[in-house]
Amino acid sequence: MIAELSWLIPAVPAVSAALIFLIGKRLPRHGAEIGITAMAATLVLAIAVAAQVWRANVGVTIDPEGGGGAFLLERAVTLAPLGEDIAVQLGMRVDGLAAMMFVLVALVSLMVHIYSVGYMHGDARYTYYFGLLSLFSFSMLLLVIASDLLVLLVGWELVGVCSFLLIGFWWERKEIQDASMKAFLTTKFGDVGLVVAVVALGGATGSFAIGDILEAVEAGEVSHGLLTFALIAMILGVVGKSAQFPLHTWLPDAMAGPTPVSALIHAATMVTAGGFLVARLYPAFHESAAATGTLAVIGAITLITAGLLALVQSDVKKVLAYSTISQLGYMIAGLAFSYVAGVFHLFTHGFFKALLFLGAGSLIHAAGSNHMEAMGGLRRFMPITFWTFLLGSLALIAVPPFAGFWSKDEVLVSALDAGGYTGILVFALGGVGGLITAFYMTRVLYLVFAGQYRGHGQPHESPASMTFPMIVLAVAAVGIGWVNLPVEAVQARAFSSWVMYDLGYWVEHPVEFHPFLALMATVLALAGVLGAWAIYRTYPERDPMYHLGIVSHVLERRYYLDDLYTDLISRTAVRDLMGPAAAWTNDAVLDGVVAGAGRGAMGLGRRLYRTGDQKGLEGVVNGLGVSALWSAARVRLAQSGNVQLYAGAMFVGVVVLAVAFAVGGN
Amino acid sequence: MAAIYPLTFAALLFSVGVYGVLSRRNAVLVLMSVELMIAAVVVNLVAMNEIVATQMGDPLLTGQAFALFVLGIGAAEVGVGLAIVLLLYRNRANVNVDDAELMKY
Repeated sequence: MIAELSWLIPAVPAVSAALIFLIGKRLPRHGAEIGITAMAATLVLAIAVAAQVWRANVGVTIDPEGGGGAFLLERAVTLAPLGEDIAVQLGMRVDGLAAMMFVLVALVSLMVHIYSVGYMHGDARYTYYFGLLSLFSFSMLLLVIASDLLVLLVGWELVGVCSFLLIGFWWERKEIQDASMKAFLTTKFGDVGLVVAVVALGGATGSFAIGDILEAVEAGEVSHGLLTFALIAMILGVVGKSAQFPLHTWLPDAMAGPTPVSALIHAATMVTAGGFLVARLYPAFHESAAATGTLAVIGAITLITAGLLALVQSDVKKVLAYSTISQLGYMIAGLAFSYVAGVFHLFTHGFFKALLFLGAGSLIHAAGSNHMEAMGGLRRFMPITFWTFLLGSLALIAVPPFAGFWSKDEVLVSALDAGGYTGILVFALGGVGGLITAFYMTRVLYLVFAGQYRGHGQPHESPASMTFPMIVLAVAAVGIGWVNLPVEAVQARAFSSWVMYDLGYWVEHPVEFHPFLALMATVLALAGVLGAWAIYRTYPERDPMYHLGIVSHVLERRYYLDDLYTDLISRTAVRDLMGPAAAWTNDAVLDGVVAGAGRGAMGLGRRLYRTGDQKGLEGVVNGLGVSALWSAARVRLAQSGNVQLYAGAMFVGVVVLAVAFAVGGN
Repeated sequence: MAAIYPLTFAALLFSVGVYGVLSRRNAVLVLMSVELMIAAVVVNLVAMNEIVATQMGDPLLTGQAFALFVLGIGAAEVGVGLAIVLLLYRNRANVNVDDAELMKY
């Protein structure tokens, strides 16, 4: 039972982080070797655990009556009793979902570690950087493995702290400090909701253990109103962490951090923690139509608005950032209808978006700028980057048979099958979102790789330490979608069975492959590609995205959401409106009251002064002083300095006490 | 009640000590009176031990053992006290406790 050793998966990166911080600087490779070794070991363990879960779950014939039977391993040690019967447990809950996340996190983290050796070469805080990478990997794996919502919350906050530290890694520049602060505070705003949800669920069920909570919810022990309240509060945390509308504004700014960090944290792992949390508590979400409806609407709005924003970015990382937000919207919307759809998209997206970010890092490394105006024609200089980036883009555009096609199709199918207003909304917006995705990724490809080089200097291909992770992830981006093929011949729906929390789920939710739907989605994607191709083929320099009048303007201002938050709410509302209002209230109302009260008080005071104060109080105060002086003059005589007088007083005192005891004691 | 004799004796001895402490002006005599009071306590301890031992049995002879402790501590206390008296004499050329009134208001 290799799964019994799952606790090593977060423990190894934790030890690695400690070692790097302690002795990393003195090692020949400045700590990078520790991080890479540890993550490689973690990956081996993760794959072993995943394989065991796979053997247990995949290919098992399901009893239509009983259901159940999915792999689940729970081990816990009780840390501290809270009051009478609630205890905090440090434990692990290993099932298909956790095993899937282990593989995703460990593989992407290892690739990012290797990539960073080249990308961060020569940085002043090289060792510190690798320490933070290991610390982040530990935190994320702790979040994944936790069997207790409180421990999960610890992991959740730790990844937030690591994200804050890594976004602000080059903290010498003010705007980078601001970006990290914004990311931290925005996600923290959502975390308030998560804490409320955890406490509400823990209070309602008497336990913080995920297993106990799910059991209680499925047994109907939690009232429906309270459950809905807790889940909606939890969605607030999900919205903050997974950068969903309207709290998504921190993620584009988070691109100020090093690019490998963006690949690991802001594309593949941390931002998917929201989706993971929903999947973790999926049976609970399944009970509340209000919660899943909220998820669907938020996801649908996010996927379309963020997709449109990606159209007008000139910074290649920001295109990918908005694309990530959009794809996270697909995940959240997919989770509203089908467990598998959201989780599968989370899995595939982690690989190909990490690949795209690493490719962007390679481009930035070569061109010395984030802006696509300073790139162009890089296909000839950087063949490996070009081909891997192209494969990643095809996966993101959802061209069959690349990974994104299978998972995005799953989302659309489940939305259509679910039907209803939310289902139709997600299906329609998701289809249009696919077109937009194809358009902006084709735009990026043309602006970066076609035409003439427009930047400075001579671009060159990145070193092998950077191209190797890109090649590995490109293989995953091409092939990972095949683990869930809807074809009987090759272990149909293997991925779904692998991550499923309850194998009986399939009896109620048969998800079929719709050839027509797949064809339609592909046609939409190709239409986007062709549209972008038609526009950018001839003149990639003259970008029509900036000449659409008011549309471009609104998109460039990011729907004025940042303006809403900083200008309207914090500046206009607080400073310009509430400020003057408060000032007017202050001047006209409060000042009048204060002035009137002052005048009245002065008159009263004058009268009081003459009668009460001068005659009454003054006498009392002076009398007090005089009497204190007089009594002090008497009392001080006791301090004669004569030892025998003191001894006599003590003796008298003892006699008095003895008599008192003798009389009163009986 | 044989115990009444040592207890009465101890009470008288203690009273003599108290009188000495309160009335003598010579610091050495005050110190000696303190020793009388301590001796009274020692007598009390031994007498009380006898009472307890006859009524409940006390194989450890607690009171007598404590009497030895008190004698030891009394000797140490005399050492400290005489050192103070000696310093007093060096500074003032007399050992009258009345004159040592630096702590006066």
